[in-house]
Amino acid sequence: MIVPGVTVRAADGGDAVAGVRPRWVALPETTEEIAAVLRVAADHDLAVVPVGGGTTLHWGPPPERCDLLIDTCCLNDVLEHVAGDLVVKVQAGVTLDALAGTLAAAGQRLALDAPGEGATVGGTLATGVAGPLRFRYGTARDLLIGITVVLADGTIARAGGKVVKNVAGYDLGKLFTGSYGTLGVITEATFRLHPLPADSRWVTTSSADPGVVGALAASPLEPAAIELDRSGPHGPVVLSILVEGVAAAERAKAVQDLMGGDAHIGEEPPTWWGRLPGDDLLLALRVLPAALEGTLHAVAAHAARLSLAPHVRGSAGTADLHVALPAESDPGKVAAFVAAVRDEIRPDGGRLIVLTAPSELDFWGGTGALGLMRSVKARFDPDRRMSPGRFVGGI
Amino acid sequence: MSLQRLAARLGEVLTPDAVITDPVRLRTYECDGLTYHRATPGVVVLPETAEQVAAVVRLCDEFGVPFVARGSGTGLSGGALPRTDGVLIVTSRMRRILEIDIPNRRAVVEPGVTNLAITEAVRDQGYYYAPDPSSQQICSIGGNVAENSGGAHCLKYGFTVNHVLGIELVTPDGEIVELSDRDPGYDLLGAFIGSEGTLGIATKVTVRLSPLPESVTTLLAAFSGIEGGGQAVSAIIAAGVVPAAIEMMDALAIEAAEAAVRCDYPAGAGAVLIVELDGPHAEVEHQFAAVERICRESGAFEIRVAASAEERAAIWKGRKSAFAAVGRISPAYIVQDGVVPRTALPEVLAGIDRLQEEFGIRVANVFHAGDGNLHPLVLFDDAVPGQGERAEVVSGRILDLCIDHGGSITGEHGVGVDKSRYMPRMFSEEDLDTMQLVRCAFDPKGLSNPGKVFPTPRLCGEVPGVRKGVHPLVESGLAEQF
Repeated sequence: MIVPGVTVRAADGGDAVAGVRPRWVALPETTEEIAAVLRVAADHDLAVVPVGGGTTLHWGPPPERCDLLIDTCCLNDVLEHVAGDLVVKVQAGVTLDALAGTLAAAGQRLALDAPGEGATVGGTLATGVAGPLRFRYGTARDLLIGITVVLADGTIARAGGKVVKNVAGYDLGKLFTGSYGTLGVITEATFRLHPLPADSRWVTTSSADPGVVGALAASPLEPAAIELDRSGPHGPVVLSILVEGVAAAERAKAVQDLMGGDAHIGEEPPTWWGRLPGDDLLLALRVLPAALEGTLHAVAAHAARLSLAPHVRGSAGTADLHVALPAESDPGKVAAFVAAVRDEIRPDGGRLIVLTAPSELDFWGGTGALGLMRSVKARFDPDRRMSPGRFVGGI
Repeated sequence: MSLQRLAARLGEVLTPDAVITDPVRLRTYECDGLTYHRATPGVVVLPETAEQVAAVVRLCDEFGVPFVARGSGTGLSGGALPRTDGVLIVTSRMRRILEIDIPNRRAVVEPGVTNLAITEAVRDQGYYYAPDPSSQQICSIGGNVAENSGGAHCLKYGFTVNHVLGIELVTPDGEIVELSDRDPGYDLLGAFIGSEGTLGIATKVTVRLSPLPESVTTLLAAFSGIEGGGQAVSAIIAAGVVPAAIEMMDALAIEAAEAAVRCDYPAGAGAVLIVELDGPHAEVEHQFAAVERICRESGAFEIRVAASAEERAAIWKGRKSAFAAVGRISPAYIVQDGVVPRTALPEVLAGIDRLQEEFGIRVANVFHAGDGNLHPLVLFDDAVPGQGERAEVVSGRILDLCIDHGGSITGEHGVGVDKSRYMPRMFSEEDLDTMQLVRCAFDPKGLSNPGKVFPTPRLCGEVPGVRKGVHPLVESGLAEQF
């Protein structure tokens, strides 16, 4: 395919999206070039999948079809960083690491510590994945203040702006965050920033009673993150609490007293901090905070019953957990595990989604408001060409 | 006429006292907090349950009659302005706090519950609901959701959208739908909050409860002019301090507040800055020292520190009464709500000064300085011919200044009916058409609060921009078929 001024190459095996190989890969450099690519794709009814750093391209069910990959790697400029406004505007292909470097030079940061080396702003927004700081700062949707997207028909649309406080118009940024590339291509994003903390301490205990998490989350000590790590169904529950700010050392001591046991204070995070527990067969669980302990029990019990070896990690403070299983786990047992845990957490409003798996699974489970979601999809992408079939309900 | 037939049918799904058709009583609802837009609603209903709201909306759908939701009616952009040809759905009878769930740090409330009532219900247990619009004693949570309300403390804590975890809503076709932050799929919760009643009506809201801060310190610094205050704000942010609130008032706003509530701010102040720090005790203590130093270095000639809740209330008194207080120094005024990047504040304030001179109109400035959210109060005398019009022009020019400096036409009051005409200055036709796709997905018939937010939207049938057939590039030979 030819789009004037845009590099398009033939795809190879390394470009496959969850096993589906596209025909072409486009390498546009601007929002306008992405719009040109999408107009050509529209004229030829091509199915399109956007990709950033590729760290989560394998997440989600395979696309029903995929003709063209739009690689945003060449949209890699930090467009505007006004330190005095604590705001940054970037192109979607900028990696979080590169952005962190730029911002650190001004003593600032984007409080979005999503996992994945080489992950881009666009990809992180598209999957909505977040890291430990979510407890204090929320997720990408809470930090995003402006967005530029290109729709399936090539329409360029902007929403929000470059001021934090702004309620003019619909918040398309929220709609696109976590939309898995099914509504269009995210090309630029503007974020609110925070000052880099003056000091940081991690208070870690190797064998914690998960019951202490509630007390920590409710405490006025304002921890920035409350993370949990548990390897194997019956392994010890390791908790690590991040305290940041000018009086971090002093507050860490108070957190240590609250936790008791063998809690110790460190100036560096534990090695597992902010990393996924695995990425071959990965589940995400979201439950109510008070259901954390019960959920850990449920995961352990069903895994033990099915002889599976789960590795649980994530934000205990917000009760957002990742569960990794070995890639070679028996597909039938994995399906049984997913179904059993889903059934157990659902009555209390808990949800489990499969982020990635080598076998066929019900990735998304049920969701509320599916009818409205389908209506939104039908308006934004009436021909179902943007990452078709990758999202909830087959969207 | 169809409204009369509709009113009769509404009487079948609601109790008799919940349907108002008496013209005198209808006039009670003719405006919200923005009183210069008025319209007497066709019918007013006062439902008590989500099912009743859904039944009302289904009837509106059946009759093709527009509906508008109204909470406490404190909005300042005319978002709850009724339709003379429509139904006004008032949530004032949906006032139950349904659940307080401390272990999960959340509460479930009906939309008519006031903002402050949530905090009052949980304060004893060490929690509060963070967003705090100035009207929090009377404004409703349903209205807060519609407007994505902020408040003085959103600099540190964010807006309604950052504190609402779930919503039950009635869609514009009368279906009851739940949106939860835990559900996979599109963030419809985020899209709904701040949609100003155009995507449906919230009938139940789950909010996050935050632990009360360990320590709160409030400081008032007086400067001879607004420049010193602005310099202090920049320096505080540059020092890496994120206060809970930074508020500024200029000389005219101080004069009004003194006349109205005798707030007793330092004599001779050309500007006052109110800085509130909250958080862990050790952190607040350290940051307070930094803020105090910065204020002195920026030329503050007097600094007061609240040592008690009463003294804190005394400091806030002048700021919180500022809008109403302006009535003491001017027969009429327009409350504006614009946002600029913080670094553009000095330029924009200078621009407002020039407008005052050019048009002979006084402007009192009250603003959330920390996030660049200006609330200029444009003063005029409606008895003087032409002055109201000039004030209107100045008010609009202030928004132009905000847009020119990369800001927004509204930081927290919403677009409503008042600012829809400014939307094309901030957004392109493509931007607005794309937003309209969301509207059409929720409300294809355009019955939910029509005429708000967007200037003359397309009908949902007219799909813009989708081309079928040969692309011009192909036609012109610049691109090839394959």
